[in-house]
Amino acid sequence: MTNNKVLVDIKHLSKLFPMGAGMFQRSKVFVHAVSDISLQIHRGESVGLVGESGCGKTTTGKLLTRLINPTSGSIDFQTESGPVDIATLRGKEMKKFRRRVQMIFQDPYESMNPRLTINDTVAEPLNVQNIGSLLEREERVVQLLESVGLTPATSFLFRYPHELSGGQRQRVAIARALIVNPDFVVADEPTSMLDVSVRTSVMQLMEELADEFNVTYLYITHDIAVARYMSNRLAVMYLGKIVELGDTEEVLHHPLHPYTQALLSAVPVPDPLHKRAPVVIKGQVSKPINPLPRCRFFERCPLADKVCETSDHPPLEDQGGGHYAACYHI
Amino acid sequence: MVSMSDNVLEVKNLTMHYRTRKGPVYAVDDVSFVVRRGESIGLVGESGCGKTSIALSLMKLLPDNAEIKNGEIRINGVDIVPLSERALREVRWKEISMVFQAAMNSLNPVYTVEDQIKEAMHFHLPQMSDEEMDRKIDELFHMTGLDPAMKNQYPHQYSGGMRQRAVIAMALSCDPNIVIADEPTTALDVIVQDGLLKKMRELQRRLNMSMIYISHDIAVIAEVSEQVGVMYAGNMVEFSTTINIFHHPMHPYTMALMSAFPSIVGEKTELVVLPGEPPDLLNPPSGCRFHPRCPYATDICKEKQPSFTELEEGHFVACWHPRGE
Repeated sequence: MTNNKVLVDIKHLSKLFPMGAGMFQRSKVFVHAVSDISLQIHRGESVGLVGESGCGKTTTGKLLTRLINPTSGSIDFQTESGPVDIATLRGKEMKKFRRRVQMIFQDPYESMNPRLTINDTVAEPLNVQNIGSLLEREERVVQLLESVGLTPATSFLFRYPHELSGGQRQRVAIARALIVNPDFVVADEPTSMLDVSVRTSVMQLMEELADEFNVTYLYITHDIAVARYMSNRLAVMYLGKIVELGDTEEVLHHPLHPYTQALLSAVPVPDPLHKRAPVVIKGQVSKPINPLPRCRFFERCPLADKVCETSDHPPLEDQGGGHYAACYHI
Repeated sequence: MVSMSDNVLEVKNLTMHYRTRKGPVYAVDDVSFVVRRGESIGLVGESGCGKTSIALSLMKLLPDNAEIKNGEIRINGVDIVPLSERALREVRWKEISMVFQAAMNSLNPVYTVEDQIKEAMHFHLPQMSDEEMDRKIDELFHMTGLDPAMKNQYPHQYSGGMRQRAVIAMALSCDPNIVIADEPTTALDVIVQDGLLKKMRELQRRLNMSMIYISHDIAVIAEVSEQVGVMYAGNMVEFSTTINIFHHPMHPYTMALMSAFPSIVGEKTELVVLPGEPPDLLNPPSGCRFHPRCPYATDICKEKQPSFTELEEGHFVACWHPRGE
């Protein structure tokens, strides 16, 4: 499935949010939510983006869908006519581009207009993009609802979101994202509001649809066990930086970065006979507000020394076999 | 001196309904289980299965439209179901207390954390002097891993993990025998969760308390409980030791739950999909409430509700076809 064509090429992407400035003042304090990240996403693969709350994973997702504008950096998106930098698109071009990139949000209760029927909800991207005739749109909606397992589709068309269960709503959200045949879908915690027995079926559906619709996913989640099942490659974020990136199983079995090691050993295991390794880091995640020019993980790292304190944040380097880590002590 | 086998809590045939305009919601139906002194049990199940309704019944903190229809809740031998509100005050917090799901919502933003803990203590331990109370609060802060210097700060000055610790300190303030923890770490990140769960386990052992953990996350339950009760649609479908539940489950729902839960260790096994969704409790299915989703369902499952029976020593199951046989 995975070929080596790069679909999204993210270079030195940053997003800074100003803090506490008044109306006529320029802020001097910034939250470095996403700080100089570079990442290539290949066509047909699924990249999992994991990390704790506040690490910048959702901001990254919003940048890639251009729901917010980056402070600096570029996002080259491969199209038939060569790469296009999403970061610089404006107006009509941006609107045209939106059909290539779609997003699935965490909360299916919040991400749908309660006054729109399921038919109108799923058809909305087609209306906005002005694709097809009314009849064609209707057919396409039915087709999509059936693809996401809401059958018979006709019994769902004229219902409202509140009449559906959480799992069904998330299926509607998936149908809405896929109806414009996007190349790339950013899924931000799409299953974290769902119960276990429903979650598995939605996860499986997303996998099947990736093949059927030939979409590439960026799967954002705090749940590493779910990410294991939903991604070929895993990127671990900490305070606005990608600290580790590699093949999912490789990262899980041989984590290189001390933060990844701590994060993985903190994940509870659904087996009472399993004994986890102790978590060795201390303290809590701080906020990346005007961070000092040193490793972002310095304060909590068990390996931290003079080099980590006096040098810049370490670069994300290939440690062999496409397994990248950003640390001076590997 | 009480022995380890003493039952501090016995729940027998507990049935609780919510009255709604559309009719009664059968939230807890004929649930029985026992908690021994110093033991931790876990209640698992999906949203709406009745886990939190059981907790609220045990605390008798039920909303106005809820009604305990049947059953007994014996705390140290005393049935609290018929007790008056006044008599209940003697039981609540002192005998049984609760750590609520969302720490942000269970702390009052306009009082300091210290004042809030003191409020419960003033009420339940009126004979305690102010110095004693101050000492007790410092001790509670130490125990839960908080800095006592922070006690006169407000909840918003605490991080999520610290707030949850403060709520635990509050639950422990009157030295209860039983503490119910309803999704105590659900809103927290894994590293913070890890620290908190360790702390709770340590406190449970040190104070020889009984704990009832309620969670939808079976991985958390696997780590903190000695016994596990699995809930489905208001029924307890299986109850046994944690090892039995995870390694030798008998109820098809438990079996499905175990094979649907992803893990980061070991071989990546295929997750098994359980078709369908949990039922609407306004109108639960006939017979066994799991039968519409059960791969082993037969005619009897549609007609008669299976009784909750001890099939092997210490292993209770409510199923017509345990292990799918």
